Amino acid sequence: MAKTGTDIVKRGMAEMQKGGVIMDVVTPEQAKIAEAAGAVAVMALERVPSDIRAAGGVARMADPTIVEEVMKAVSIPVMAKCRIGHIVEARVLESMGVDYIDESEVLTPADDKFHINKKSFTVPFVCGCRDLGEALRRIAEGASMIRTKGEPGTGNIIEAVKHQRMVAAQIRRVQGMSEDELVAESKAIGAPYELLLEVHNKGALPVVNFAAGGIATPADAALMMELGSDGVFVGSGIFKSESPEKFARAIVQATTHYQDYALIAELSKGLGTPMKGIELSTLAENERMATRGW
Amino acid sequence: MKIGVLALQGAFREHRKLFEDLGAETTLVKLPEHLEGLNGLVIPGGESTTIGKLLREYNLLQPVQSLGQEGFPILGTCAGMIVLAKQILGAPEPHLGLMDITVDRNSFGRQRESFETDLDIPVIGSELFPAVFIRAPHVQKVGEGVTVLARYNDRVVAAREDNLVAFSFHPELTGDHRLHRYFLDIVEQA
Repeated sequence: MAKTGTDIVKRGMAEMQKGGVIMDVVTPEQAKIAEAAGAVAVMALERVPSDIRAAGGVARMADPTIVEEVMKAVSIPVMAKCRIGHIVEARVLESMGVDYIDESEVLTPADDKFHINKKSFTVPFVCGCRDLGEALRRIAEGASMIRTKGEPGTGNIIEAVKHQRMVAAQIRRVQGMSEDELVAESKAIGAPYELLLEVHNKGALPVVNFAAGGIATPADAALMMELGSDGVFVGSGIFKSESPEKFARAIVQATTHYQDYALIAELSKGLGTPMKGIELSTLAENERMATRGW
Repeated sequence: MKIGVLALQGAFREHRKLFEDLGAETTLVKLPEHLEGLNGLVIPGGESTTIGKLLREYNLLQPVQSLGQEGFPILGTCAGMIVLAKQILGAPEPHLGLMDITVDRNSFGRQRESFETDLDIPVIGSELFPAVFIRAPHVQKVGEGVTVLARYNDRVVAAREDNLVAFSFHPELTGDHRLHRYFLDIVEQA
């Protein structure tokens, strides 16, 4: 008997993406550029995060036409975003055959208390986190892959680093605890006990963890790998740079060879201007996307 | 015995762990110089387009091809099967083009159609093997020297040609070591 949508099938899909780069694209042409550069998947969107910021208003699931066109254009997996808590946007994307859904803080949340119960879906989900508690809450809801949030659309790596370091430090701390301390820790960080016990025993998250939100250069991607990410999402960083083909190719190679610094130097030569980026202190509290999610 | 695990992208850590559980020494292969002193090579699951591209970018394609042509044992799982194949349906050219099989990519459908099942693989015994198929390919045609090791719903999903072995599914994702043992036996005899 063949079983679809099981944990191993959904989490296994993310395992196959490890060491790779997932790129945001808004047209089939961009998807082809990403595939040719060696992306392991593309995220089909109507706008990249920096344009969502610029446009303001309510950001929703992309027009299905765009998602369909991207799916037709490439043979690598296609992901798409739905709003936090928007069950129907997720069902719509699932019905279209999208390979992975990102329940994403980049879009305007549809529910201010609850995320989607992702266990009831055949399609796997990726969700953002800023710390271990948030990661384990999403996994408890059925997320098959986690990404640290960073601050999307800023081209500024500082928040991605902060979140990755936070998760890694909390995992080390939980690993060093005695089992007696885990219930109190579970309460303190808002993480389900059983999953916390799993982290304690394994010394790692039960699912793959990518970095996202602010990666703009090959060195940024390599930095996140150095800090223990399994791979990277690059949103605005590629198609908002001066030469997307070159940036895409260089970021893919820097992710694979993240400790080959001479190579990263070569890859970084003459790339042209990266996306402009935003200094975080100029962002108002209500302009931050990473704080969305409960 | 030293097994190299191609580590350009994909599930290379899982393969490494299973081989080490079986007592083999392993090393990650990212550049041509990492191929030295190996007794066998594994091409893991991942994205075949990405792995194929990075093999070319880092001049690994030709040295791995030469090794394979000399009878060096190579195991490919999922994307690895595609990378080994002589023909890929719908693609202008193969990657390594070592194994006389024609593969059909994503032949079971997209991710929502991905599945797990218990598979009969006679060469490792009568107990069924837990097989995880993720956007998996299947072998549409096999050449003369190729032995079919397993079928799922009449589709060839495991094959061997001399010292080249390919699976459509992911033995690295389950705790079952039998297929890794099977490959190590081939390496020992090579």
